Amino acid sequence: MVNYIIRRIGYALILLVLVSFVSFAIIELPPGDFLTQKIEQLRARGDRSAEQQVETLRKRYGLDKPFLERYVNWAVNFLRGDFGESFEFERPVSEILGARLGYTIILAIATTVVTWALAIPLGVYSAVKQYSIGDQIVSVISFIGLGMPGFLLALIILYIAVIVFNQDAIGLFSPEYRDAPWSVGKVLDLLSRLWIPALISAVTGIGGLVRIMRGNLLDTLGQPFVEAARARGLRNRTVIWKHAVRIAINPLVTILGSDVFPSIVVGSSLVAIVLNLPTIGPVFVDSLRKLDMYLAGTCIVFLTLMLLIGNLVADLLLAWVDPRIRLE
Amino acid sequence: MTLTAQETAPTTTDGREVLLEVQDLKVEFNIRGGVIKAVDGLTFDIKRGQTVGIIGESGCGKSVTARAILRMVPKPGRITGGRILYYRRPRHPKPGQPQDLQVIDLTTVDPDGELIRQIRGGEIAMIFQEPMSSLTPVYTAGTHINEAVSLHRLLPLKKLGDQMAETIMAYRHVTREEAREIAVQMLRRVGIPKPEQRVDSYPHQLSGGQRQRVMIAIALSTEPSMLIADEPTTALDVSIEAQILDIMRELQRTANMAIMFITHNLGVIASMAEEIVVMYMGKQVERAKVVDLFYNPKHPYTKALLQSVPRLGPKTGQRLASIEGMVPDPLNLPTGCVFHPRCPAFMPGKCDKIVPRWNQVGENHWARCLLYEE
Amino acid sequence: MAVATAPLAVPAKRKPISQSYWSLVWYRFKKNKLGVFGGVVLIVLYVSFTLIPEFLAPYALENRSSFAEAPPTAIRFVDAQGQLQAPFVYGLERRIDPVKRLRTWVDDTERKYPVRLFVQGDEYLFLGLIPMNVHLFGIDADPREARIFLLGADALGRDYLTRILYGGRLSLLIGLIGQFLTLVLGVTLGVISGYYGGAVDMFVQRFTEFLAAFPNIPLFMALSAAIPAFWSPIAVYFMLTVILAFLNWGGLARQVRGLVLSLREREYALAAKSFGASDWRIMFRHLMPGTMSHVIVIATLSIPGMILAETALSWLGLGLRPPLTSWGTLLQDAATVRAIRFTPWLLWVVPPILVTIFAYNMLGDGLRDALDPYSGR
Repeated sequence: MVNYIIRRIGYALILLVLVSFVSFAIIELPPGDFLTQKIEQLRARGDRSAEQQVETLRKRYGLDKPFLERYVNWAVNFLRGDFGESFEFERPVSEILGARLGYTIILAIATTVVTWALAIPLGVYSAVKQYSIGDQIVSVISFIGLGMPGFLLALIILYIAVIVFNQDAIGLFSPEYRDAPWSVGKVLDLLSRLWIPALISAVTGIGGLVRIMRGNLLDTLGQPFVEAARARGLRNRTVIWKHAVRIAINPLVTILGSDVFPSIVVGSSLVAIVLNLPTIGPVFVDSLRKLDMYLAGTCIVFLTLMLLIGNLVADLLLAWVDPRIRLE
Repeated sequence: MTLTAQETAPTTTDGREVLLEVQDLKVEFNIRGGVIKAVDGLTFDIKRGQTVGIIGESGCGKSVTARAILRMVPKPGRITGGRILYYRRPRHPKPGQPQDLQVIDLTTVDPDGELIRQIRGGEIAMIFQEPMSSLTPVYTAGTHINEAVSLHRLLPLKKLGDQMAETIMAYRHVTREEAREIAVQMLRRVGIPKPEQRVDSYPHQLSGGQRQRVMIAIALSTEPSMLIADEPTTALDVSIEAQILDIMRELQRTANMAIMFITHNLGVIASMAEEIVVMYMGKQVERAKVVDLFYNPKHPYTKALLQSVPRLGPKTGQRLASIEGMVPDPLNLPTGCVFHPRCPAFMPGKCDKIVPRWNQVGENHWARCLLYEE
Repeated sequence: MAVATAPLAVPAKRKPISQSYWSLVWYRFKKNKLGVFGGVVLIVLYVSFTLIPEFLAPYALENRSSFAEAPPTAIRFVDAQGQLQAPFVYGLERRIDPVKRLRTWVDDTERKYPVRLFVQGDEYLFLGLIPMNVHLFGIDADPREARIFLLGADALGRDYLTRILYGGRLSLLIGLIGQFLTLVLGVTLGVISGYYGGAVDMFVQRFTEFLAAFPNIPLFMALSAAIPAFWSPIAVYFMLTVILAFLNWGGLARQVRGLVLSLREREYALAAKSFGASDWRIMFRHLMPGTMSHVIVIATLSIPGMILAETALSWLGLGLRPPLTSWGTLLQDAATVRAIRFTPWLLWVVPPILVTIFAYNMLGDGLRDALDPYSGR
């Protein structure tokens, strides 16, 4: 097991280097970088000192050096904790991301909690009461959730908020708290709004989870050990939760690991853009659009890192919950 | 639910008390294509400490009968008639409660209720056909036993051996340490080597034979008055089978436990049971003492069944007999006697018209066949 | 190299066994009402959005007018005097709201224009071939004077229904074309990698693992951000399709590879080999057909993902760009708080996207149950 983990970590590190290189290269790919665009703008404005200004900027961001050297520089600095500077914001990347990390994590946790707290009981209910009206309602809802794209759902919610409730945007705070220092009122305000994006992401994530949970549990309920547990005189509830669900939920642990960790970095960027949330997602998408390479590259590397960590955690969790894997 | 206090349970000529009495039991499955009569008019009883064998081909209703007794008939199925009388002696009488015998009709008990859950596993335990998958994979052998023990086994409040022991009326649940102790003891009794270590083994670390031993240990850890064994050795190798059967016989002797032994293996049943019930397509076709059944079978189906068993002896070299014809469609059972299309003693105009009754054909010997009706 | 010549006596007109398999699949599929419904909806969508949008739309795609941001036109049957009439619309008159200082459009009940079927209007090529000027419906009026905007007009006074109809063509086709490229790539590489193993297999395995390690949506974005801005719209469209296919083939290749691994040990594959059939023939005549039912289901279920990817990317400004019109580029104008407040009818682009996605999901579910009765629950 320990060997396996070490091998996995080594493999993950290689992948990480590869991904960082490729993402750096991809962002380099388009003809013309951020500064070329800037020069165009300055020229168009008739700024005489444009050339000189740009030259200074070029030096400052190291854009005058060859690609490989830049990558190595960036990678080395990255390991030191210096992620470079954003062209767009003209501030360090760590500062920009740091300001938004908290909300992103809060949202990721809220989404996960809402999703799982709804999906697992619904899936269990659906399987235990197979073919009942409730099961059919749950099936229809999960089918819709499965197909529904989050950002369109967010758009529909935004429409309702604007037209019906006459709001200007959704966001995470009411206008009066947006720039206010933290207080009990601000926290309550956050909580009263947090459930909207959390629920949107949950609805779209629930569909798949409910269907997997229902299917797994139906398989498990037909297993002899469930009947054997009932024959021991256990309560139905105990049989279902302690024996059947306990087994049926194991494969879902993998999903937990590989979903939650990446969402800490970007979450559902698209939903966040529609709802105007102060999370990392919108900044990331914007950085890609504007070729703001250090910002975008940092996001991609962290995203990949989280994906890899998530997979590793999922493996460990699976081994932890399932002795058949743990003791192999 | 019928709860009648009675002084004594019906006893037989040899003075043994009846434990379970199945009377004209009917179980039906309503499926899309129609109604399947999985059990149709089954009558037999089991005395305390006795082993009754139920034998028949797969699909004849043996397993459904077992599940009906524990009120665990799977979904589209339900009990549609008859009674299952359970003569219950309270094992842990509480002060102020009647201590005498209760007669419970299990067919009228709430299948999810408190009462049936006390009986299931505690008073009537069951072991299953598939030892490989009858243990929950994520729990150790000890956890399984612990679950049953802490649910059903109560200990007197004062230590055993105390002078007051006989009059003790208060009980407590076993503690965690005691449950573990019991688990180790049980594993030792069913012949698992190094039980102190094996108690912490997960199912996948045990062999098939060991798993079935664990199943038996779970079932017996609660000291039930009856064990239902549903083809407990079918999935095992022959050598393991013999060991398991030995263990069951041994434990039965020491614990005075009744066994309802379900199998399709005549050899196994001959060595285990005192009395045998033969079933065919949900109907009971013959019931007799084991010796009578093997040496003097009455029903043509039983005879055919016995002839299809390979045997050592003077007649070796003969072709093995097989039962003619096909097992009928359970949705479309033959008229009259359900066995008539395959019966070598078929009487045209009679067997396909008249439903045979349950006829006594000897002492403690019954058969459902028109050959024995006037 | 060819597998044995035709058997001597083939009974005339006997259908090959594979046909009876497909007819069984068809029979099972027909019983799944939702699946059939999804299929019918898709046929209707594809016919109206990709084949004949020019005919269905009352105007040409870029036909601008002075009626900027006009709300949806109401078709009326009762005139101002309360008289029942043939369907007609009122003319529009511009007003400035004195309080909010906003431009609005109000009905001019003095001017009435009857709604007609098969009216003559902008010229177009029917099915890209036949020059025509007949539109399904329209109003009897000089287009400079009055227009019919069933779903309102955008900021340049263009009919929004027309734009949604034309936009559907690019959005719906990108799913099909992208999926086709994915199939070609995924099935070919999957079959080869499953049959030969070795270096190809190694490459396919590692590459798919790499793609899986890469966060998917950002990779989309990063790649499409890399499409040069000065490329022609058609080149951008094609590039985007290629990117979609490039990111999607891995999963399909893996599944096909797994199937081929098991199929190549079957008797019929071994038999073909013993007849001396070439590797190529064994792979694509004998093994590939065995994977088809699986491939069809995966393909159907992943088309909506492709359509959504285009929509989302274009909406973010990373995919198709104007002057190309797709549902994604339409969404760019619709998905802002300002647009929702003042021109909420621009959100009419959302329903067709959702209908398409759900229709594909229903069809895919139905096909899965029909092709593989044991996997569906």
